[in-house]
Amino acid sequence: MSVKVDSWGSRVGLILAMAGNAVGLGNFLRFPVQAVQNGGGAFIIPYLICFLVMGIPLLFIEWSTGRYGGKFGNHSTPYILDTMSKGRIWKYVGVFGIFTNIAVAAYYCYIESWTISYVYHSIVGTFNGLSQGAVADFFNNYIDIGTSTTGIPYEAVIFYIACIILNTYILSKGLGGIEKVAKIGMPLLILFGVVLAVKGLTLGTSGASDLFPNANAWDGLNFLWTPQFDSLTNPKVWLAAAGQIFFTLSVGMGTIHCYAAYVKPKDDIALNAVSAGFMNEFVEVVLGSLIVIPIAAGYLGLDWVIQNAGFGMAFQTMPYLFQQWGGVLAVFAGVLWFGLLFFAGITSSLAMGTPWMGFMQDEFSWSKNKSAWSFGALILAMGLPTVIFYKQGLFDQYDYWAGTVSLVVFAFLETILFSYIFGIKKGWIEITSGADIKVPGFYKYIILIITPALLGWVLVSSIPDWIDKVKDTDTNNKEWFAENYYAENFEASGAKAGTVDEVKDDYILLSFENQKKVFDKASGKVDIVPFIDHKIYKFDLSKNQKTIVNIGDTVAPKDKIATGDFTNDTFYKFLGRMLLLSLFLFISIIVAIAYRKRTKEERIKL
Amino acid sequence: MVLAQGIVSLFTFYFFYKVLTIKPHQEPDSYSENDKESDRQ
Repeated sequence: MSVKVDSWGSRVGLILAMAGNAVGLGNFLRFPVQAVQNGGGAFIIPYLICFLVMGIPLLFIEWSTGRYGGKFGNHSTPYILDTMSKGRIWKYVGVFGIFTNIAVAAYYCYIESWTISYVYHSIVGTFNGLSQGAVADFFNNYIDIGTSTTGIPYEAVIFYIACIILNTYILSKGLGGIEKVAKIGMPLLILFGVVLAVKGLTLGTSGASDLFPNANAWDGLNFLWTPQFDSLTNPKVWLAAAGQIFFTLSVGMGTIHCYAAYVKPKDDIALNAVSAGFMNEFVEVVLGSLIVIPIAAGYLGLDWVIQNAGFGMAFQTMPYLFQQWGGVLAVFAGVLWFGLLFFAGITSSLAMGTPWMGFMQDEFSWSKNKSAWSFGALILAMGLPTVIFYKQGLFDQYDYWAGTVSLVVFAFLETILFSYIFGIKKGWIEITSGADIKVPGFYKYIILIITPALLGWVLVSSIPDWIDKVKDTDTNNKEWFAENYYAENFEASGAKAGTVDEVKDDYILLSFENQKKVFDKASGKVDIVPFIDHKIYKFDLSKNQKTIVNIGDTVAPKDKIATGDFTNDTFYKFLGRMLLLSLFLFISIIVAIAYRKRTKEERIKL
Repeated sequence: MVLAQGIVSLFTFYFFYKVLTIKPHQEPDSYSENDKESDRQ
């Protein structure tokens, strides 16, 4: 049995680290967007129900599983799961608990590096006087790694590498380093969040302008707070709520197991789990909903928010909105907002390093330093393609397969293991052992029946989408290397056609009829309104790419619109999937080597 | 939503208050207590 080399300094430190692991960028960006897109105030009902019947049970399962594995000196999921069953296959299921973290950390650190960069740009005043379009363009230029916004060549890559070095350095200090960051980062995050939330609450109509005369922050808050009860009968809303609970709590990743594995065998996990879980909910439901949506509605109007709500708002819109506060206040707001996102990000990315480190320390007696720097090297190798081919969709492949699918698969399997193979009887003893609160008895039945059923539903419902992703059904340009370029769908159904309004050798502007959602204040309902939308295609003359349409032409999806040499995004997306598959196989091989080592050293009964 | 925010805030502060105020567990004081460790499956 390996020697326990690390431990948590204090209970508060553990809870803040665990809450920091859960609190991420999604709390401020994903939750409000999901709420806007899924019935406003009514979204909170399925969301809270899913939190109680799926989120809390998964927290109990992962905390107790982790502490149980820790008793046997196992600090990452392959051998934590292995100790819970007679079958030796479960250690390969546990590979998900290392794989997901390395793959997610690889692209997550890239977003985290944007927050560092944007803090810098807020301080030096890069966004001063820029229009809304110019701020959005700044972001597009930033992620185009050939363009430099500071004069530093390959600036995005430099910030990314700096971010990985920072994470790795802190990880090399062990749990003590993580705990210190959580103790500083979480209170600051909450403080920054409260300041911005107060601004969101008090902005009112003061942000209205000639361009957006009806802008009103209260419209954003009202929309979030007014329940659209008819959305409750829509299964998609329930699926979205279950998905949000999943991602926000960082369950199904393997990080909770790892942190909990360092908890002493007799110590509480029940109160710790709900305390960290509710802290995450506080940041998400209270702070997360009071910043982006009301501030954006206060300057751009609610209709703009409903139409444009998305992840990009954080970097493409918020810096412009802060400029409206003027001078020092704009700098202050930029630092608070991107600083908040940075702390949300780093407390999560640090957690992602611990399963790999725990595994290498347990199985191969690696030092903290060696295991941390090897993690840094791994995420750099996996992450650089996401940085370089961000615009080609490689980043999104990582986010989808590692950051979404992998979590659901692993959470479903671990719940089955806990409830039916390890057994709910023993599982319940693990949850309640040393508990500082009385866990309601009905949770035993929720864990046994409702949680696996709900997870199974989420899993099965997402399978058609997996198939679509592998088949690249989202594009009409499926060939990796092609001589023709075909028009993409104008909207999801692919039934509509567009008209060419402008054309150059390397540029096409198309217009088409689209629909948008508009909130009717009088009825409190969201109406669908038709409008003329536009789509732009840009081509590269240096690759012999040339448009072949004329002004006034009608263009339908799959119509040929340009000729030349094309390397389509499907190639990069395939590359992304293969990289992820290689990583999974690589970790599986390491687990197999560790198993042989254990057998040789006669540690296999552990 | 306001109600949900209130409930979530209340539970968050309640649980965190409990964490801060509950006394730490006593260390096991006998070998028999240590022996209660369950075996691997």
